[in-house]
Amino acid sequence: MKSSQIISKLPYQEPFLFVKSIDEITEQHIKGSYTFKSSSWFYKGHFKNNPITPGVILTECAAQIGLASFGVYLLSQEKDLELNNIKLAMTSTDIEFLKPVLPGENVSVVANKLYFRFNKLKCAVKMFNQSQDLVIQGEIAGVILP
Amino acid sequence: MTSEAIQARLKTIVQPYVNHHENFENLSLESDFIADLEINSANLVDVVLDVEDEFDIRIENEDMEKMTNVKATVEVIQKKLS
Repeated sequence: MKSSQIISKLPYQEPFLFVKSIDEITEQHIKGSYTFKSSSWFYKGHFKNNPITPGVILTECAAQIGLASFGVYLLSQEKDLELNNIKLAMTSTDIEFLKPVLPGENVSVVANKLYFRFNKLKCAVKMFNQSQDLVIQGEIAGVILP
Repeated sequence: MTSEAIQARLKTIVQPYVNHHENFENLSLESDFIADLEINSANLVDVVLDVEDEFDIRIENEDMEKMTNVKATVEVIQKKLS
């Protein structure tokens, strides 16, 4: 599955799509990227006159790449499915935030599969900024249904 | 392995996922994982994976669907071990 095919199967759209490209994908890992647009809606309020990407949005970006996109790929490898109407639920997160991400920054997310069983995907995730500094790391899990 | 021995090991496995601690203290064969122990349904997958590691068995989808309470889970484990 190509990057554009995977992204087309995701159940998100603007202004809540946080995946730009999928750059690597195997049965064990995924690597994707996103650029936080300076015009994004949340910068107006987080924080007043001091825009910084909210931690929940960084977590969401990591989950859209590490759970949703990876899950779509893993489901497509299991069975020949259309995957035009996937259902997703994030079920747990355990994330450390190490550095702020500012408007306009490009980040890459690497997720390594811990397990994918009974439609639950759990991954160890890391997000890096353009200088390759680690900005968040932790574990996320979710349920994905075709 | 006796049903009691399996139940004792299962009790240790489910403990980290339990939200109703009083019902956990009074665990019985009839205890339901979600209704009584208030385990998050997504964590039932973790219970099953921990059961696989603890007893060195492989749980399939149809087994997983049955494993909603202590009794059914002990039965699935016993069957896999025999």
